[in-house]
Amino acid sequence: MNATVTRARRNTRLDPARIGIYAFLVSAAAFFLLPLYIMLVTSVKPMDEIRLGNIFALPLSFTMEPWQTAWSSACTGVDCEGIRGGFWNSLAIVAPSTVLSILIGALNGYALSFWRARGAGLLFGILMMGAFIPVQVMIYPLVQILAALHLFSSLPGIILIHVIFGMPVMTLLFRNYYASIPEELFKAARIDGGGFFRIFLQLMLPMSTPIIIVAAIMQVTGIWNDYILGLVFAGRENLPMTVQLNNVINTTTGVRLYNVNMAATILTSLVPLSIYLVSGRWFVRGIAAGAVKG
Amino acid sequence: MRAKLRLLRLLRLLRLLRLLRRKSMPYAALLPMALIVLVGYLGTVLWSLKVSMSSSRTFPAHDFVGLTQYARLFGNERWLQSLENLALYGVLFIVACLVIGFLLAVFIDQKVAGEGVLRTVFLYPYAMSFVATGLVWQWLLNPGNGIQQAVRLWGYADFEFDWIVDQDKVMYTIVIATVWQASGLVMAILLAGLRGIDEEIWKAARIDGIPTWRVYLSIVLPMLGPSVGTAFVLLFTAVVKLFDSVVAMTQGGPGIASEVPAKFIMDHLFGRANIALASAGSIMLLLTVTILVAPFMYARSRAAHRKASQ
Repeated sequence: MNATVTRARRNTRLDPARIGIYAFLVSAAAFFLLPLYIMLVTSVKPMDEIRLGNIFALPLSFTMEPWQTAWSSACTGVDCEGIRGGFWNSLAIVAPSTVLSILIGALNGYALSFWRARGAGLLFGILMMGAFIPVQVMIYPLVQILAALHLFSSLPGIILIHVIFGMPVMTLLFRNYYASIPEELFKAARIDGGGFFRIFLQLMLPMSTPIIIVAAIMQVTGIWNDYILGLVFAGRENLPMTVQLNNVINTTTGVRLYNVNMAATILTSLVPLSIYLVSGRWFVRGIAAGAVKG
Repeated sequence: MRAKLRLLRLLRLLRLLRLLRRKSMPYAALLPMALIVLVGYLGTVLWSLKVSMSSSRTFPAHDFVGLTQYARLFGNERWLQSLENLALYGVLFIVACLVIGFLLAVFIDQKVAGEGVLRTVFLYPYAMSFVATGLVWQWLLNPGNGIQQAVRLWGYADFEFDWIVDQDKVMYTIVIATVWQASGLVMAILLAGLRGIDEEIWKAARIDGIPTWRVYLSIVLPMLGPSVGTAFVLLFTAVVKLFDSVVAMTQGGPGIASEVPAKFIMDHLFGRANIALASAGSIMLLLTVTILVAPFMYARSRAAHRKASQ
């Protein structure tokens, strides 16, 4: 306690070292905020101003038109429907993928922590190594497998893919969480005659709220931000927002509408950014928990 | 009498069935995981290995051509350029993220005002997708309208910052964009590590009159070993995965100057219809990951064992 006090005292004086610390932090913060600022200002400027003006300058004439265009009429190739379709597609992919991968992850974690199933430890070990396999190794065989199951280029197909790629972290998250729950609690439930699923549904799941929140934050942001899996597996009808965003910006022919592009970029980032801002420490907890991979 | 016996037998059978069901429940619950591990992970890796030793092009061929595809791969200029790019990128990206992340964590740890705001600012890029941040940086770095033009308008007419269209420097722009995105992550991990360090150490160092920067470098940094290791593994997997940012920023250009292995594989799988060559590339990628991550995982499990046995 004493050490904290002396350390605090030493640090709160406004000496040159202190000024240096703030100078460093403030300039670093400015660097980190710069792209966000540029995105915001660019998205509300008319094109003339962008062509002639300075990228850092504040808008002279403010317009929300680029946002409208980005949402509902920006073109990818011949379609000019904006990226709103991608928004709904992403939502349709993210919601079931998140729920399913959390449920299976929790079930795995529970079975691994409390029930001694033969061979489960080995499976878990392989799964953990699986987290490090570059997706490119798995993509072609997975395309073939999904095609054989008639799931390729479909919503259920991309959901299954997200469940597969989310499984290592989800399982690890719940396994570690359940490992911290006293074994006695489980034994008591067994003595009271609880079966496998009854203990899971009525005892373990209700106790798992904190880790479910962490897992949901991880999965929602991770799947929303996914590009490569959506590109390969979702199919034309279900392309997620990130893929549509890239299509709008990188495949347009003719004049590039930078203001529309930046508005579309912000729109695409809005969901994960709001989750980040609202969840704060939970988000960091997810990173820390996911980082104990292996 | 006979009826009673039969009933008894039936009851015994039922009890047995119930026991069996109870015993088998965990196995049934782990079935999805077993399927995904065996088919989704192990199966697909073996499949890719097999394809990489065949002569498949658009469609899978079931012949065996040994390591021909690997020889072809390493005679492919695009692949070699990809590897070189990834090596350069990997070293710069990991070192820059670790250094910047460490500095940010240490400076934030000085009991500064507004810590929460600063942490939020440093970490928010990590919440965005690599595609989105790639597109923003593409916009910032394009010489016609971006930073170069802005500085020129401020009166420095000769200012040049056109790395993104320069074959020799384009990889650095991808480093800048992704370091901006990921160094906050290192900051968050290391800050958590710093907060876990015993205050007694600071006390002892103060008594001995050791300057603060020295304590951080010689005492605290080595103690942060596990956190640095975690950050390293996360950054390393991001390096191998590098694809989204390149697609969003440069599409591999100018020319093939910013091609990376993940993109090479995707292009050969889907655009150029050479699945055997692509699979050979993916197996090489897996091999690289194994060689670099395995020692780390081994050391970690050893450390965990030692801890457990103490």
